[in-house]
Amino acid sequence: MKEDLVLPAPREAATDGAGEPLLVVEGLRKHFPIKGGFPIRRTVGAVQAVDGIDLTVRAGESFGLVGESGCGKSTTGRLITRLLEPTSGTISYRGKDITHAGRKQLAPIRSEIQMIFQDPYSSLNPRQTVGKIISGPMEINGIEPTGGREKRVRELLEIVGLNPEHYNRFPHEFSGGQRQRIGVARALALEPKLIVADEPVSALDVSIQAQVVNLLQKVQQELGIAFLFIAHDLAVVRHFSQRVAVMYLGKVIEVGDRESIYTRPRHPYTHALLSAVPEVNLHDEEAGRRERIRLAGDVPSPISPPSGCRFRTRCWKAQDKCAAQEPPLVRLSGNRDGHLTACHFPEDPTIEGREEDIVLDPALAALEEDIERP
Amino acid sequence: MTTVTKEAGAPSPADAGAFLSVRDLHVSFKTEDGIVRAVDGLSFDLERGKTLGIVGESGSGKSVTNLTILGLHSPKFTTVEGEILLEGKELTTARESELEKLRGNKVAMIFQDPLTALSPYYTVGRQIAEPFMKHMGASKKAAWERAVEMLGKVGIPNPKERAKDYPHQFSGGMRQRAMIAMALVCDPDLLIADEPTTALDVTVQAQILDLLNDLQQEFGSAIIFITHDLGVIADMADDIMVMYAGGAIERGTTNQVLRSPQHPYTWGLLNSMPRLDSDLSAALAPIPGAPPSLLTPPSGCRFHPRCTFQDRVGGNRCVTERPPLAPDRASACHLTAEQKRTIFVEEIKPRLG
Repeated sequence: MKEDLVLPAPREAATDGAGEPLLVVEGLRKHFPIKGGFPIRRTVGAVQAVDGIDLTVRAGESFGLVGESGCGKSTTGRLITRLLEPTSGTISYRGKDITHAGRKQLAPIRSEIQMIFQDPYSSLNPRQTVGKIISGPMEINGIEPTGGREKRVRELLEIVGLNPEHYNRFPHEFSGGQRQRIGVARALALEPKLIVADEPVSALDVSIQAQVVNLLQKVQQELGIAFLFIAHDLAVVRHFSQRVAVMYLGKVIEVGDRESIYTRPRHPYTHALLSAVPEVNLHDEEAGRRERIRLAGDVPSPISPPSGCRFRTRCWKAQDKCAAQEPPLVRLSGNRDGHLTACHFPEDPTIEGREEDIVLDPALAALEEDIERP
Repeated sequence: MTTVTKEAGAPSPADAGAFLSVRDLHVSFKTEDGIVRAVDGLSFDLERGKTLGIVGESGSGKSVTNLTILGLHSPKFTTVEGEILLEGKELTTARESELEKLRGNKVAMIFQDPLTALSPYYTVGRQIAEPFMKHMGASKKAAWERAVEMLGKVGIPNPKERAKDYPHQFSGGMRQRAMIAMALVCDPDLLIADEPTTALDVTVQAQILDLLNDLQQEFGSAIIFITHDLGVIADMADDIMVMYAGGAIERGTTNQVLRSPQHPYTWGLLNSMPRLDSDLSAALAPIPGAPPSLLTPPSGCRFHPRCTFQDRVGGNRCVTERPPLAPDRASACHLTAEQKRTIFVEEIKPRLG
């Protein structure tokens, strides 16, 4: 294996044309206490959902956050929108620390950071008309747009591709894709600078997903809104985000521009994640064969995550050092500006097929050995 | 009541060796809002040891078809017409006791959500051992040993101890492995996997898909693999059937359907799905509109309200006449074979990058 020279991470990495940092997150932690015991319920442990992450979202860019369930990506989204109280760390928005800002201080900022939720069925109030739902944020913030709220709502409905005449309808009269459009219209109502979209398309059918992804892309590009796009679907994130962070068990393990993450990943987990995506090969059989990595088992519990590198229990390169010492998120030699990796023994920057597949799952390995043996 | 109508003396082209043969299947449900035609004239064959992938969106009828094969629909509200032949034996008219002998023995099923499909009251080992005792007449001890063996085979570490655990003590991926062990315990000839990996994380999904592939080589079962994910189907299936609004609209080998698709809906699916190697400069090309309600399905071709190629057919045929689906490699569309080929090569393929 190559010895990699480790360079210190530049504080504000990569200034490739994107705007000023809009949202800066440093050392963000969220531990959910676990209560137990009788008769006095004490805190007996903590789910370490997010455990010290650093992120920067710049104005107007789309920043993707990927990872498997339980990696803390949704918690991160809720911490940033301050729907959850961070345990420690700082969140600053346009240079202003909002980590523990109170309701009053947050009010002007809340209108600039909006959220789109995963489930369009539970995130819209069934008793309110579409007009009421979309004008809700304006009402709460006491905003009276020129021409009145109703006119603005009709405009918004048009932007998201719904019929403005449907102003008085109720959510149940719409399909899943249309409801998600209502959610987008509501998020746009206050002309936000940043939208946190938590799995905005994963509840939708394949043919509808593309409609909503295109809508979000249009909104992002035409209105210049920055997105924190949280999703587990790597192909959708690649399509939507210019920069991507990969999370595993509450940590960001790799972050970088889209091309680096998808074609020159360094962290073994990023390699495993990309190789696990089932892909339609539309071209010739052998052309561009991707590497095949099959991990063993599931993600460990965030209640007692492994020491050192959290991925080491499922990693094929793990050594003693990985258990003893947590790898810092740094720029490795050969990485582009802004491409940071947290790994002691990084992989080569390619996703092409290897001479030998990495199959760590014992059952798979045993079966495949049987099959290969004539 | 389950009512069955059969065309008297209709020749069944499937007798020629297909292991499972579905002929002109219609399934409809009575609901408060009216009659839902969930499956509307579906025919397909499956050979031994092969994997048929059924792709479709929610409401396309893919799950209902397979529940009907196993007789798992509620007879009170369901009307089934047509034939389902398993090794030449008619299943739609079979008695419940006969179906019971089949389920878990000759035909087994893997469900999407293993937590609701496993009983929380019994140990995993017992749930795997039960069908083996029932169908194979094995003793309790022998069946338990078989359960432990199967758990080991599907990759549960320390199977002897874990067999004594309850489903909630298993992680999501392990539960799905236990479901696979349960399905394969009697060495079934046909395995129906209904979205078996949809609830799983991508790295676990890859493990489970490969495991199913490898186990199929060992057990030689035929598999019907139901999914909405074209990537998953590409990994798993020998043949693909694409379903839309209760009927099949295209079928062929995996290569044919994915590399030279012929139906506008299949084009739409491929064009609307981002891939890891797709062209980033182009926007996705979604299918306009939404899937139709099965209470009042569209006339003619079910896809015509969302189809952008209608005008090339000419006349009103798409609206008035339902295009048939020939056996083998075929697509149910009024476009001519020549049109399908040129449209795919000139207009669809370049967009796929």
